[in-house]
Amino acid sequence: MRKNILNKGLKLGLFISLFISTQVVKAQNLINGKKLFETRCLACHQSDGGGVPNMNPPLDGSSNVNGKDIARLVKIVKNGYDERIALDGMYYSNAMTANPDFTDQQIADVLTYVRTSWSNKASKITLAQVKAANSKHKIGIKR
Amino acid sequence: MKKGIQILFLILAAFSINGFAQENAGLKLPAGFKASLYANNIGAARHIAVTKAGVVFAKLNYPNKEGNAIVRLEDANNDGVADKVNGWANYPGTGIYVKGNSLYASSNEAIFKYELNSKDEVINPQSPLTIVSGLLNRRQHESKSITFDKENNIYVNIGAYSNACQVEDRKAGSQGRVPCNILDSAGGIWKFNASKENQTYKDGKRYATGLRNVVGLDWNTATNQLFVAQHGRDQLNSFYPNLYTDAQNAELPAETFYAINEGDNAGWPYIYYDPAQHKKIVAPEYGGDGKKEGASEYKDPAVAFPAHMAPMAVLFYTGNQFPEKYKNGAFISFHGSWNRAPLPQEGFFVAFVPFKEGKATGDWEIFANGFAGVEAGVKVTNTAKAKARPCGLAQGPDGSIYVSDDTKGAIFKISYGQ
Repeated sequence: MRKNILNKGLKLGLFISLFISTQVVKAQNLINGKKLFETRCLACHQSDGGGVPNMNPPLDGSSNVNGKDIARLVKIVKNGYDERIALDGMYYSNAMTANPDFTDQQIADVLTYVRTSWSNKASKITLAQVKAANSKHKIGIKR
Repeated sequence: MKKGIQILFLILAAFSINGFAQENAGLKLPAGFKASLYANNIGAARHIAVTKAGVVFAKLNYPNKEGNAIVRLEDANNDGVADKVNGWANYPGTGIYVKGNSLYASSNEAIFKYELNSKDEVINPQSPLTIVSGLLNRRQHESKSITFDKENNIYVNIGAYSNACQVEDRKAGSQGRVPCNILDSAGGIWKFNASKENQTYKDGKRYATGLRNVVGLDWNTATNQLFVAQHGRDQLNSFYPNLYTDAQNAELPAETFYAINEGDNAGWPYIYYDPAQHKKIVAPEYGGDGKKEGASEYKDPAVAFPAHMAPMAVLFYTGNQFPEKYKNGAFISFHGSWNRAPLPQEGFFVAFVPFKEGKATGDWEIFANGFAGVEAGVKVTNTAKAKARPCGLAQGPDGSIYVSDDTKGAIFKISYGQ
């Protein structure tokens, strides 16, 4: 009986600590994502994600950023983007710098930050989604 | 009674939406000047030109919702607000210029010529003559701004499709190309004969080089010389964080205003101008460390403005309406920066550069401010929040000047007296 309670308590404790640690990891992911955004993205996309008219597309409220094509988002973060882009009725012409040094986890973190910041309320991006996107698009040298 | 108050509120609301409720259309001007909102929401109005009869033409960055990329505006009842607005053409672009009975407009690759009738209406909207075509457009710095000298020559900017001529554009660690191969067909000002059709590079002449991107340029008729305003390079801090802090990047390099003679080289991409050191400094892509001085052969600016403010148009004032100090001085519109982030943005105003004996005196001042729609003393933190961004400048026959905005497409008319 006592053993049983002890066992249950242990299991509960394990569950709680596991829960807390995953939450801590999630919060840390968001902090990492924010930091990556500030050092690599903010200069062009601006601190409010509003972008620069005609040049750098907005991330806040963007149908692409909040959309379902995760593989495309992963590809753009990793390889950059070198074409004029039409987005939500506007055109943006600056080339985006590639981030070839980003790990899959960093891509997940920065995309999660961007998709959940400002007015954006899209789903978080997991490491598994980034890995799946990599195999889908065969991300490599080709832009 | 209650209904009357409701109607009054509705009218007030309508007026405030239109911006008419604001004094001087929301602009802050020197004493004695006034402004009206000449037009609004015409589409992203880049450069503008005014005929001798006061008809305004605006070149739009891309077609507006009516599908027009050139708009003609007329203020028939002379109340400072355009009452007749129509348009044509579907090509994106920036440049527009009225010369006699001709109207020149540029796409991002070509320069076209239209003919005006006695009412300043375009006779051949669908069939302009092509004066120049085939100019390089690789999206970055693609605007082709135009101006004229007194001898019917066109000067056109061909912007460099690059930030600093790196092997890989805007990539950390990528070195600058030696020599910069972009300069043979871009990164400078080209000169063409305005009376010849169907020209391309081989018919023109590279008039000045080493200019990264010039959107604002004008011929100073008092000194018979071309003046251009360059957009300086970006991202010193993002690519060279060990050499430049965010705060240094926000102030480097200067936006430079040059008095150009044929054959001049302003030094891009090899150098940039540091306004604090008053020196041409070697770009980090070419081995610079923020201190090493560049070659003296490169042109020094006539005026160095704060970094990243993006000069969009230059207008030498030749009218008689404004006070004497403005005569033959230069107005320069500043679009407002984006590459000062994470620091607050600067610009979003029209500056005035006084000239004495044909030379810029250097003590420039803000002439018209308030375009961004933020309270006095408040900075724009994010560029997309600016309500309006000054772009084109033109002088009317009565000596008033017009300022265009290329966000929603406002045109402001600024006058002195009465």
